[in-house]
Amino acid sequence: MLASDDDILGQAEAWVTAGKGVALATVIETWGSAPRPVGSHLAIAEDGHFLGSVSGGCVEGDVVTEAMDCISDGKPRVLEFGVADETAWRAGLSCGGRIRVYVERIG
Amino acid sequence: MRRELLAELNVARRERRAVVLVSSLDGAVQRLVTPDTLAGDPLVESIDAAIRAGKSALVEHEGTSFFLTVQVPPVRIVVIGAVHISQALAPMARLAGFDMVIVDPRTAFATTERFPDVQVIAEWPETVLPPMKIDRYTAICCFTHDPKIDDPALEQALRAECFYIGALGSRKTHGKRVERLQAKGFGEADIARIRAPIGLDIGAVTPTEIAVSVLGEIILALRKKPLRTQVAS
Repeated sequence: MLASDDDILGQAEAWVTAGKGVALATVIETWGSAPRPVGSHLAIAEDGHFLGSVSGGCVEGDVVTEAMDCISDGKPRVLEFGVADETAWRAGLSCGGRIRVYVERIG
Repeated sequence: MRRELLAELNVARRERRAVVLVSSLDGAVQRLVTPDTLAGDPLVESIDAAIRAGKSALVEHEGTSFFLTVQVPPVRIVVIGAVHISQALAPMARLAGFDMVIVDPRTAFATTERFPDVQVIAEWPETVLPPMKIDRYTAICCFTHDPKIDDPALEQALRAECFYIGALGSRKTHGKRVERLQAKGFGEADIARIRAPIGLDIGAVTPTEIAVSVLGEIILALRKKPLRTQVAS
C-alpha cells in the first residue's frame, strides 16, 4: 500500500526521536504530467531508509543522494527534474513532466 | 524544519485540525499557521485559499518564494449500519486510503467477528457523532433503513457540512425521509445534499457492487466538485 502523509511525517519524527539525521523532500512545483502532486513528501534517514515518494520512483535515487548532503550541511536546496533524455546521465522523468523538489533537514 | 514544527504537524493531523506550514525556500523563515492565527499572517490571502482548496502551493510574496504545506484532516467515512454493504465497503475504503468507522446501536450487528479490521461502535449515532466531531472532511453513509438510527445521523451530517451524505433506500423511502426532515425544519437546499438513492448509478446489485458505487460517489464528491465552503467563497 502507498504510504500516507501520516506514515511519512510520523516516521520522520520517529527517526529524529531515535537520534537519526533526517531530511524531508517535498514536491513544490510540477509542470506537465508529473507523477506525484504538489505537496507529496519523501522522508529520508541518514542510514538510507526512506518513506514516501516525489515521483513514480524515477528520481528518488537522486533525491536521496541530495538529502544525504542536506543532512550533512543543513542547507535546504531546490532540485529540478525534467525529461530523461535531455539530462542524459541524470535521473529524469519518463512521463515527460517536470518537477521541483524542496529538500530540508529536520532538527 | 525545526523538530518542534514537525511534532506539531503530526499532533494536528492526529487531532484532525487544519494547519499550514509556511516555508521560505531560502530556509530563512518557517512557521505554522492555523485558522486561528491566520488573520495576522502576512500571507493571509494565499494561506486562506490554500486551506480552502486543501492543496499545498508555491507562492511569491515581496520577492521571496514560500511553499505552503497544507495539512487538512484525512478524509473519513462514517458508516451508520453494521450491515452487509459495510462489510464490503470496509476493505475497499481502507485500500483507497480512507479512515472508516461503523456506528450501529444494534449489538447483534456491530460485532468484531463481523468486522475484524475496522472500528465498530455499538452506540446510537446521536451519542457517538458529537464527540467524534464530524466535519467537512467526513463522509456519512446511512445504511440501516431504520429512521430511528439513520435520521439523527443525517441531521448531524447536514449541520456539520459533511462533504458527502448518502442514504440507502428507494425513492419512496427517501420521499418519507424528506418529509421527516422538513418537519424538523431542514430546507430544500439542505435536503438536496443527501444522495439518495445512494451510490453512482452503475447498476449495482450485490452488496459488494453497491459498496463500489458508494465509494465511487464519495470520490466524485471529494475530487470533482469543490467543497461547499469553496462555493460559498
